[in-house]
Amino acid sequence: MENDLVLRVVGKLLIPFILLFALYVQFHGDFGPGGGFQAGTISAAAIVFYALIFGLDKARRIMPDRLVEAMLASGVLIYAGVGVAGLLLGGNYLDYFVLDKDAVHGQHRGIFWVEVGVHITVCGVMLKIFYMFASRGQDGEE
Amino acid sequence: MSSGGLPEHFSYIVTVFLMVAGLFIVIARGNLIKKLVGLSVFQTSVYLLYITPGKLLGGTAPILSPQFTVYSNPLPHVLILTAIVVGVATLALGLALAVRIKEAYGTIEEDEITAADNAVQDVEGVKS
Amino acid sequence: MSSLSAHLPALQVVLPLLSAPFAVLLRHGGFAFGIVTAGAWAAFACAIGLWLQTGEAGIISYHIGSWPPPWGIEYRVDRLASFVLLLVSGTAAIVLPYSRASIEHEIPRELHYLYYAMFGLCLAGLLGITITGDAFNVFVFLEISSLSTYVLIALGRDRRALAASYRYLIMGTIGATFFVIGIGFLYLMTGTLNIVDLGERLRTVEDSRPVLAALAFITVGVSLKLALFPLHQWLPNAYTYAPSAVTAFLAATATKVSVYVLIRFWFSVFGETLIFEKLPLPQILLLLSLAAMFAASFIAIFQDNLKRLFAYSSVGQIGYITLGMSFDSVNGLGAAILHLFNHGITKAAIFLLIGGVVLGLAKNSAVPNSRGVPAGAVPPAPTFDRLAGLAKRMPLTCFGIVLAGLSLIGVPGTAGFVSKWYLILAAMEAGQFWIVAAILLSSLLAIAYVWRFVEVAYFKPAPEGTTKQEAPLGLLIPAWLLVIGTIWFGLDTSFTVGTATEAALQLVKAGR
Repeated sequence: MENDLVLRVVGKLLIPFILLFALYVQFHGDFGPGGGFQAGTISAAAIVFYALIFGLDKARRIMPDRLVEAMLASGVLIYAGVGVAGLLLGGNYLDYFVLDKDAVHGQHRGIFWVEVGVHITVCGVMLKIFYMFASRGQDGEE
Repeated sequence: MSSGGLPEHFSYIVTVFLMVAGLFIVIARGNLIKKLVGLSVFQTSVYLLYITPGKLLGGTAPILSPQFTVYSNPLPHVLILTAIVVGVATLALGLALAVRIKEAYGTIEEDEITAADNAVQDVEGVKS
Repeated sequence: MSSLSAHLPALQVVLPLLSAPFAVLLRHGGFAFGIVTAGAWAAFACAIGLWLQTGEAGIISYHIGSWPPPWGIEYRVDRLASFVLLLVSGTAAIVLPYSRASIEHEIPRELHYLYYAMFGLCLAGLLGITITGDAFNVFVFLEISSLSTYVLIALGRDRRALAASYRYLIMGTIGATFFVIGIGFLYLMTGTLNIVDLGERLRTVEDSRPVLAALAFITVGVSLKLALFPLHQWLPNAYTYAPSAVTAFLAATATKVSVYVLIRFWFSVFGETLIFEKLPLPQILLLLSLAAMFAASFIAIFQDNLKRLFAYSSVGQIGYITLGMSFDSVNGLGAAILHLFNHGITKAAIFLLIGGVVLGLAKNSAVPNSRGVPAGAVPPAPTFDRLAGLAKRMPLTCFGIVLAGLSLIGVPGTAGFVSKWYLILAAMEAGQFWIVAAILLSSLLAIAYVWRFVEVAYFKPAPEGTTKQEAPLGLLIPAWLLVIGTIWFGLDTSFTVGTATEAALQLVKAGR
């Protein structure tokens, strides 16, 4: 599909907006449908889209396997880190109330970082799954 | 919701149909991919089982406000979000295993895999 | 450090859970090994701390996110939970150092860090199932541990490991989905997911159909995971073809934690009246347990692969545990909990030692194979024709297997004897002497399959030119620690019997 002009142009136009939309879904998750899961999948979809149009190798150049693996691990660490922060600040595990000056702000801060962690992990996992399956047939015998 | 058998229980009937159909596919089909499809259908029926009772007709999102008195239960949705993630992970892992099995055995038909295993076991002298 | 001890329930799960992503980030087998092992040992320390705390305070309740139950997720540790936590984290703490030497020959080096990450996740999942007081949370942790288990099994070198893992994935997912359907019905009927709250609210709707359906779904689903006799089909292949360390860890923990879930739901949620007085469940469980004790042990006798033999023996031994549950008495339940622990460490010891045997076979490719299997990348299976005269080659390993085998049979002085003794006492207390006879008869079958190993290893002549080639110390020391454990808990029963009895008392008191 690399030579299809329409796809290339449309893809180049759309991908930034897909990523932007992912961020919108991420940060609007407080007020409407959305959140880390959905946003993570959308931003992964942008990369998958890129890979479909420009080829897996090019996609792997901008999102190397190492980075993807680091993402899926660090997201979990961020999530768990919020929990541990609650512990260190004197609350129970995953206690949001103690994260800021009052409970409401603490809730905001806690859920923000948790969703960031979810986003990173979901995006990493989606890409990892895509890479694994997409690269399978190429270096195999089929 | 109006009283009466079918309309009232429609969602449950769909749930049970999907549940049984999915389980049937898992058991009756020998193709590893088809089995995974059945497994997904089976899991999806559980999502319905949880979500349908959580919705009240006319209920709103559970944000306290003087205008509203009827709220839908949000908890089933949250639970099922987790279950969906689990389902996706299971499906991905199952497909990955199917790919590896295809590479190792050259087939994804269960009876052929069993036959290949039995052939090896006959050579090794392992009774199963 | 008083604040630390207050957070032990959370740390119990979080520390091994955190070790897994760190292992992935480090991308190096050695570092990953270090951090996951540290996580497992920390978890073991937490489990010891919790065991001491439950001894003093009875039941510990920890509110995740400071949301009080039944709204928030509660971590709830009673005597039974702390006992199972000790078993799981202790086994992990012993198996992980063993893995270092063992997977060297079984798993490609570049995948080692992922092995440790999966191990950490599996451990965190199993600990989470045990400690959580929230029914849906049980499902989530169940899937965390199951998914990582499927991966661990598929890491086996034999291609049959893939098929075994796939089969386990299908069966395990059906089981977990059944379980979650059951939870769904309970939630519909009561509007709560907290296990204690569920137990209280179910009293009012006990006789309704959805509750009975929930009981059926949960029992069947968990029985699939714990490999109760007719639902055990996934187990033998999964145990046989998984890497040795994985087999040992799973045999000691995965099925045991599932038994724990069944005990938890039967006694803490549904309650004894429903289970034991209104339904014929104990009779069904009794029959299935007897079938497991006899049929699975009988099948075990005719296996040629040593790992497979002991896998079937595991199915049989699970029968003793469920048999204890079916008595509806404190002693029966206590015996079940006791056997859960004793059989866990015994089986872990055996599979760890067999790992040494497999390694020896792989190294010693000079062992002639009478039937001429082409030597491929797959290490030779520990079949009996390859084990002739093994005691000459690996005296310590063989002696360890024999000692642990005696514990499987239930010879006095071993852990297996203690739990069978209490099982027999419980049967006599129930006045069912034919069950006593059944326990003794099925032990004869255990003698038969353990004897098969003894005969081949000690009395068959070793092939020409056999030299002493013991398994490396990195494998022997962890395995022998567990063997010594089986002897220790056979002689000094104050810890095991005491905790099991207290746990059973606590459960029965809460269930009534």
